[in-house]
Parts: sequence; structure tokens; C-alpha cells
Amino acid sequence: MSTPNDAPPRIGVDEWVARSGERRDRGSGPSAAIVRALERVGWWQRLAVIAAIVALFPLLTSSDYAVRVGVNTLLLATLALGLNVVVGWTGLLDLGYVAFYGFGAYGFALLSSNQLGSSGIHLPSLLAIVIVVVAAALLGLLLGLPSRRLQGDYLAIVTLFFGQIFVETVTNVAPKVTGGPNGVVGIDPLNFFGLEVTTTRGYFYVLLIVTVVIMGALHLIDSSRTGRGWRAVREDPLAAALMTIPVNKVKLLAFSVGAAVAALAGTIFAAFQAGAYPTDFDTPFLILVYAGVILGGSGSIAGAVLGATVVSVTLELLRNPSQAATLFYGLILLTLVVRVRPWRKLGAVLAALVAFGFAVHAVIGAISASAVAGHPRSGGWVGDALGSWVVVPADPKGPGNIAFVVLILGLVALVQLKGTARTVLLVPLLYLAAFVWETRLVAEASITRQILLGAILIVMMNARPQGLLGSKRVEVL
Amino acid sequence: MTRPLLELDHVTLAFGGLHAVEDLSIAVGEGEIVSLIGPNGAGKTTLFNLITGVYAPTSGDIRVAGRSIAGLAPHRIAGLGVARTFQTLRLFVNMSVKENVMAATYGHTSARMWQSVLRTPKARREEREVNALAEEVLGFFSQRLMGYRWDQPAYSLSYANRRRLEIARAMATRPRVLLIDEPAAGMNPQETHEITDLIARLRDERGYTILAIEHDMHVVEGISDRVIALDHGQKIAEGSFEAVATNPLVVEAYMGRGTAVTKG
Ligand SMILES: Nc1ncnc2c1ncn2[C@@H]1O[C@H](COP(=O)(O)OP(=O)(O)OP(=O)(O)O)[C@@H](O)[C@H]1O
Ligand SMILES: [Mg+2]
Repeated sequence: MSTPNDAPPRIGVDEWVARSGERRDRGSGPSAAIVRALERVGWWQRLAVIAAIVALFPLLTSSDYAVRVGVNTLLLATLALGLNVVVGWTGLLDLGYVAFYGFGAYGFALLSSNQLGSSGIHLPSLLAIVIVVVAAALLGLLLGLPSRRLQGDYLAIVTLFFGQIFVETVTNVAPKVTGGPNGVVGIDPLNFFGLEVTTTRGYFYVLLIVTVVIMGALHLIDSSRTGRGWRAVREDPLAAALMTIPVNKVKLLAFSVGAAVAALAGTIFAAFQAGAYPTDFDTPFLILVYAGVILGGSGSIAGAVLGATVVSVTLELLRNPSQAATLFYGLILLTLVVRVRPWRKLGAVLAALVAFGFAVHAVIGAISASAVAGHPRSGGWVGDALGSWVVVPADPKGPGNIAFVVLILGLVALVQLKGTARTVLLVPLLYLAAFVWETRLVAEASITRQILLGAILIVMMNARPQGLLGSKRVEVL
Repeated sequence: MTRPLLELDHVTLAFGGLHAVEDLSIAVGEGEIVSLIGPNGAGKTTLFNLITGVYAPTSGDIRVAGRSIAGLAPHRIAGLGVARTFQTLRLFVNMSVKENVMAATYGHTSARMWQSVLRTPKARREEREVNALAEEVLGFFSQRLMGYRWDQPAYSLSYANRRRLEIARAMATRPRVLLIDEPAAGMNPQETHEITDLIARLRDERGYTILAIEHDMHVVEGISDRVIALDHGQKIAEGSFEAVATNPLVVEAYMGRGTAVTKG
């Protein structure tokens, strides 16, 4: 630290007062103790330790599927790192980011398959990657040129267009070259100096190295002239310009670096799945990358990686109904524990919820046996536990849909209410949420995943707006 | 007066029909401290915006050390040695105090991104220099911006300290001309007094040429070699503090808006 006086400040003295915010942010308790312990270790040591632990992962599991999830996680992490440069550091809302990922994948695909020419092009991987990444960096510059005068909303819309144009282009323009909706197949695996990477584990390690190297490079950039320029432009472009920073140039560089990182991830992705398909680079995937950056804490390198990991692993867990249920109920419980105070009130709500469920189940069961004939869709131990608590009709679709609408109206009402009325309404609404979940949502995995991801972000926004590892941002003074 | 370092030559700026600055000619000599006064909305801040390139003049010319800067991009003008502070503070609030200052060295440093990544000798030397410059500039404010505050985010500073940091940041651009917009606004009497000394030190120890906008007449009297009064974008008086403060046009300009030129 550059502070000359490291002695603990005296209470009541100017410095002690000035540092009160710092102390409050750190808080106390076990989590703060961990944070403090980590802070004592240097950044590079932390990176090395975490990388070593992650490197052990493929050795500890025999499941190829788990390693495959690891590969997807590292891809998302790399993408989040690149996006963090553009969004987190430079403050440019780039919604066309995933197009560069696609550009990397397609670029590599064309240079490493039978797609072009009579016998195809099969460049050594390293060469192909360098060509594609440099091309992407240039494309980033080119795209940045017209966008550099655009601010905020305009930039977002223009880049979103660019993203769509990319998908349209590879799908519909020149299908001979890009394979149209079927994409490019039969892409060579990565080969470095005669060594072919063919296993999932192999790709895991290639990506781990790439991720760690990018993290290291970004860390060095962050505390350099370039990094300060980026962040100054994010904070106040006009002030930055008046402090000798060439704002447009700095923005273009950020765009370009983001594009290069995304393209690099794209090349490895194409080689890994031996194919490049237009649907992989559509807007839903963009949302995942953004979710990672925001969840982890926009502006933080470790945060981008952690956020991407959480998003990737969460989505994987949500594929399995029983795990999805655990997550769903866990999230609700967590929110209740955090938000409902004091403890007596929380206990009352939970007790009322349990009683309410059994009562409803008993009453409806007495009226019509078929109305409770169904089984909770969650399955697993959660499904069993809820068997005689949540009502599941034999034909759940209709009631489930109606309940979904009622639930949303109820949530709107909940926000308007205050005090006791709010607590009272909470109980049936929670039950309704469980009902909707068991009757409809579990069955609609693709929708549920998005809703839950949204819910996680909303919970996060309330609990820790700066993200997992981000630092607090102050907007207005 | 010595050779003029900053010259405005019949400068006009029109926002649609409103002439915020009209046919204004000003010359500031090297090493001079000139104060700019005038009622609210007189066009003082707009004049700073013109000089620093935020707006290009509708007509007329602006020169720094004889070189025309009218129409240049703001970062180029800053690079030519014109730095400023903002009336409404515009710090990089989510960066540390020291980073605020270091960021302002961008123009006179040259380490490329790849050089920083590879930590080439040049990049490392430059980073050391930037660090030293930042610490030295912050040290100019002695205890006010010292030590433990350097790593704190700029938003955590008190209002007065944020004003000081604005000056420190401007100093890091290595200016020849320093434009200071209402440095004493929002400060208590003790701090206002400090500011008066500080501005004198900026010229004496740093050799800056200073153009300052200030409403506090104690400060204006204390710092100025010369005072220029503006109203409706036009120069209505120029000269020593005593001459300008008693000038009937100036008194009327202030009286007309319901405020007199009073000290304090
Ligand atoms: N971008 C703009 N567009 C239109 N009018 C503007 C713009 N900027 C400033 N003005 C107008 O120019 C005039 C001068 O404003 P300016 O901010 O320079 O006043 P000032 O002398 O700094 O006043 P104060 O003492 O209150 O800071 C005002 O009437 C203002 O409304
Ligand atoms: Mg003003």
C-alpha cells in the first residue's frame, strides 16, 4: 500500500472518521474475516491458487459431462472478461458483443474445415486463431467508428442491430460459405505443433490457460495508463477529454479489445464442438454474458469470472427439475430470511405458510378428489415433501396458467401494500408461487431458466447492487 | 504586461439567438492572475467552455502562446497546456483520489496497452513517473489531500476536498494556463482564506498563468493582478480590483440583478 502511515488511526481523529465508510463496508463476521484474509494475499497469488484448484477439477470427476459444463463455464467466463472491458470499465453499452464471439467461431470454422474451396482450408490452429482474433479486433475498430459519437441508448440500439445483422448474415447471406441455418460442420480440432486437442479435458485446460492469461493481462491493463483512461471515460467523458484523454480513441480501443477476447473464445468454442451454428450467437446468449458480468460485479475481473461461473452452473442445475426446485425454493427462503424481519415475523409467516398449504390441500381434496390427484412436478425429495401440501390437479395446465396470471397481479399488489396487509398477503402468494411452479414452470424448463435467472438478478440488485465482487458505485453526490 | 499567453480575439458564441459570449477580447499575460467576475448567467463558465474546446466559437479566434486553438478537440487543447476545474464538480468519482490525478497524465505519457501488459522497461519507468507526479501534486495540498486518502474513492472526499482534487487533477495535465471556476464556492471562511493563498502559490511555485472565476470579492481582491467584469457575454470593465469594483457599469450590472458588489 502506498499509505505512508500504516499505524492504526486514533479514534475520533480526522482519519478515523474518514475511514468509517471503509470499516462499515467490510462489516464483521465470518465472511468479512475471509475477505480480510484474502486481502492480505496478493492478487497474483490468489490467481495462482484458484487456477491450481480449478485445474484439479477434471482430475476429481470421472464424468465427461461435468468437464463439459466446465468448458462452457470457462467460455462464458472468457466472454464476460471481454465484455467487462467494454461495459464495466469503459461504460459502453455494447449489445452486439456476441457477434464477435460468432465471428471468431465462424472465422475459425472457415479456416479449419472443408467449407471453402475444393479441398477446404486447414490452417494450423495457432495461425488461424491469430488471423481471426486480429480480424475481429479490426472489425471492432470498424464497428466502433460510426458508433463512437453515439452515447448510451443510441449505442445500445446500433450495436444490437449489428448483433442481429451478424446472425442474419450467417443464416441467409451466402449459405454456400457459412452453411446457412445448418452452420459449418466438420471443423478441425485444435492442433498445436502437431499436438491435437481432442478430449473435453484437453479443451478444459486450453481454456483454463486462456482465461488465466487474459485475467493476468487485464489486471495489468487495469492499473495502467490504458485502464485509467477507460475508467475515466466511463466516469465522465467530457471531464476525461478536458484532462487530455482522447475519448474516441480510448473507446475504440476498448471495443477492439472486447471484440478480440470474444473472438478468441469463439475460435476455441468452434473447435470444441467441431461446428459453428447461427443459433449459438443469438440474443439469449448475450443475456447470459451480461448476467455474468452484472452478477459478478461490473468492473471487477474476478467478479466477471465468478459471475459467469454462477450463471453457467445455475443454468446447468436448472436442467434437472429436482435441482431446479431446490434452487427455486431455496431462493424464496433466502429472500424471506433476508427481507422479513424480525425473526418472530419470519417464523409466523413460515408457520402460516405450512398450515395454509395443508388446509388448502385438505379442503380442496374434500371437494374434488381429481383436483389433488396430480403429483408435484419437481420430483426428487422436494416433490415428495410437498406431496400433500401443494395442490396439483390431475390436469394442471389450465389452472396453472390462470394461477400464473393471478400470481403476477398479486405480486403487483404486494408491492403497493404496506405493513400487516403485506405480510398477510405474502402467505397465499407464496403458496400460489409454489402451485404455479409445481403445475407449470417445472415443465417449461426453457422459460423457467430465464425467469429464475431474472429472479436471481433481482434478488442481487436488492441485496448487493454492486454485484458479488464489484465495488460500490456512486452515481450522484 | 508580459507577452500574452492566452488571447481571445473578438470571440462570439451564439446558442441559437442567445449570444452567450459576444465580441469578447481578452489577453492574459504569462504568469498573471486574472479574475473574471460578473452576475449569474453573465457567460463566465461559457467562456471557459470556449477556451477548453467544449464549444467552438461562432466567430473570432482563441490563441495559446500565439497558436490558434479555436475548433480543436478538447483533449488537444488540454494537451497544449490549458487545464481547468469545473464549477459543478466533475471528478471521476468512482476512481481513487490518486487515480483521478494519474488519469490526467494520459496526454503527456505514451505507454501503449501491450507495453503495460508486457511491463516493458519504458512502461514501468513511465508508471513510476506518473506515480511520483501524482504524489507530488497531491502533496501540494499538504495535509488536506495526504496519505491515507489516496486510495479512497473520490466520492468519499468532503466537498472542499473534492474542489481541491479538481485542482490537483488539472495540475497533473502539466498546464501552462489554469482556468479555475469558482474555487471558493461552498467553502467556509477558513477554507476560503486557504484558497486565496493556494492560488497565489499555484502561480509562484508552479508558474501557472491563472484565469479564475470567483464570486467572493475577498478572494478576488486577494488574488487578482487584474479583474475583468462580464455581463451578457460582454466585457463591461477591466483593470485593478478597486477600479472594476467601483465601476458604475459593474455596480449596475450587479444591482440590476438585486446583488451589490460587496465583500463577503
Ligand atoms: N449549452 C447551452 N445552450 C444554451 N444556452 C446556454 C448553454 N450554456 C450556457 N447557456 C446560457 O449562457 C448564459 C451564460 O451561462 P454561464 O453558465 O456561462 O453563466 P455564468 O456566468 O457562469 O454564471 P454563474 O455565475 O451562475 O456560474 C446563460 O444564460 C446560460 O443559460
Ligand atoms: Mg458559471
